[in-house]
Amino acid sequence: MTQHTQTILYLDGVSVNFDGFKAINDLSLYVEEGELRAIIGPNGAGKTTMMDIITGKTRPDTGDVIFNGGIDLTQLDEAAIANLGIGRKFQKPTVFENHTVFDNLELALKGNRSPYQSLFFRLLSEQYDRINEVLKIINLAEDRQREAGALSHGQKQWLEIGMLLMQDPDLLLVDEPVAGMTDAETEETARLLKDISKSHSVIVVEHDMEFVKALDCRVNVLHEGSVLAEGSLDVVQANEQVIEVYLGR
Amino acid sequence: MTHQPMILRILHDRVAAAVLGILVLAAFLVPVLNLMVPETSPFHVPSYVVTLLGKYLTYALLALSVDLVWGYCGILSLGHGAFFALGGYAMGMYMMRQIGDRGVYGDPTLPDFMVFLDWKELPWYWYGFDNFGFAMLMVMLVPGVLAFVFGWFAFRSRVTGVYLSIITQAMTYALLLAFFRNDMGFGGNNGLTDFKDILGFDIQSDGMRATLFFLSAMAVVGGYLVCRFIVDSRLGRVIIAIRDSESRARFLGYRVEYYRLFVFTVSAVLAGIAGALYVPQVGIINPSEFAPANSIEIVIWVALGGRGTLVGPIIGALVVNYAKTYFTGALPEIWLFMLGGLFILTTLFLPKGIVGTESIVAAFEARRLQLAKWLRPYDYADKEAGQ
Repeated sequence: MTQHTQTILYLDGVSVNFDGFKAINDLSLYVEEGELRAIIGPNGAGKTTMMDIITGKTRPDTGDVIFNGGIDLTQLDEAAIANLGIGRKFQKPTVFENHTVFDNLELALKGNRSPYQSLFFRLLSEQYDRINEVLKIINLAEDRQREAGALSHGQKQWLEIGMLLMQDPDLLLVDEPVAGMTDAETEETARLLKDISKSHSVIVVEHDMEFVKALDCRVNVLHEGSVLAEGSLDVVQANEQVIEVYLGR
Repeated sequence: MTHQPMILRILHDRVAAAVLGILVLAAFLVPVLNLMVPETSPFHVPSYVVTLLGKYLTYALLALSVDLVWGYCGILSLGHGAFFALGGYAMGMYMMRQIGDRGVYGDPTLPDFMVFLDWKELPWYWYGFDNFGFAMLMVMLVPGVLAFVFGWFAFRSRVTGVYLSIITQAMTYALLLAFFRNDMGFGGNNGLTDFKDILGFDIQSDGMRATLFFLSAMAVVGGYLVCRFIVDSRLGRVIIAIRDSESRARFLGYRVEYYRLFVFTVSAVLAGIAGALYVPQVGIINPSEFAPANSIEIVIWVALGGRGTLVGPIIGALVVNYAKTYFTGALPEIWLFMLGGLFILTTLFLPKGIVGTESIVAAFEARRLQLAKWLRPYDYADKEAGQ
């Protein structure tokens, strides 16, 4: 029988060593196309390292990372992986502080990234409309001409998510999107990510359990570099091992 | 749309407009005052001043090229003196070939220093330099190719920050040592000199000096427009993005190394053109132009004028070099202390440089407005009454 859904990301037996410390230890994980997935785990569980491996920042010592049915990501660098359609939001909001909100989005616009194309780039009217659309989605329409460095912490987080939307990747990796956000902002962000997951595959790394609950999706618990448990939030929270890891003995 | 046509943006940047205006005016006026006004007139500009100003302008173009890489792409190159010198050597080689049999030894092809070294024939890399077009191409190509190859290895290996600055210093130092050697075939210690003419025109003549001044002023204006076009394009926004957050740019899919390489190469070509205009005006090119200290001095001009403003470095180069000429004449022993002090004071009190500091630009704007009111009082009386 053929599968209805396709696997967009497939990690198999991935390990990476940092000077003898096994940051990732025989990690296996797969994400379906169009899925929203949350990754939780205590500090040092290897969540960010996993993101680094998928996006090409860190090369694993062993194991396979396969994207979209056959592309081996371990052989590619950050820019190549980004252009394949994997977007990443950092833990600390990372936007171009000296550019306006508008220009930040424009730079993230999907398209040819070569220097030559950039030198003679002209913004098309449909691209302009798309930027305005995203400005509305991320609630920054009023701030379009402000420098990104002048935004609040939460606004920067949103701008970065907006940049991911402009990039329009097949897979979004979102690292702690609600860190430092107010409750209202957190709620709004959960709504936004669920919305995005309707048309993209999304992996969210998060500490905030309330937020993960609001996402209402499949959860992986990472511990010491490998998957400890997988399932809905209720199931993994009931798991003995997970309780042990989170609460200690 | 948010993006205005290029010319409007230039006008908007009033300081730049003023400086460019003065440069274009000077490009025409100085030669006229030199060639057509009699020497007895108080308006006469002596030939030595024309050449001195021309030399400053080549430094201004060099400063502009450093600002493009440092101010906008965050690459602190401490080796741009090398690209300047290479452009200068290419020009010097052309002028050496132009000497022909008028040298001391009268050899129709070999420059004097080769006859002196008892060389029998011209090395292959001197071929073609008797052709002006070929030499001009080499003025741009040699620094450009070096920057491309050097940048390719450096940027691909992700060498950045202070490490890159150090290897650019090493590059210019290595070239300094290489060009000192007689068997390199570039005149060794003495370099290239005793130039006679360019395209058949005597290099010492007032007409040629005025022409070189004109070309230098126009090269600064042209260089400014090229840099402005680059930094105002999307590519300009990408390089600023790379300067401020390299990893974000990478994860958006920009190949950071290609962008750095492009800007670094364009900048090296501009530096090479500056060097080619410099050499005929000073009459000599020797390995001391590769001295690491020269490259550091350029950075001081840029920092004082205002990094990342394009127009600031032009001002910085002119101001510092005028001061250098004055003080090395008046108080030669303290000049280096002044230069060092200037750099420290700029870093401490004027970190954005002259043009980057708001109060200075505001003062400039106030003066400009005063002048405009004085020139066209009625326009402004109406406006103020209307408010």
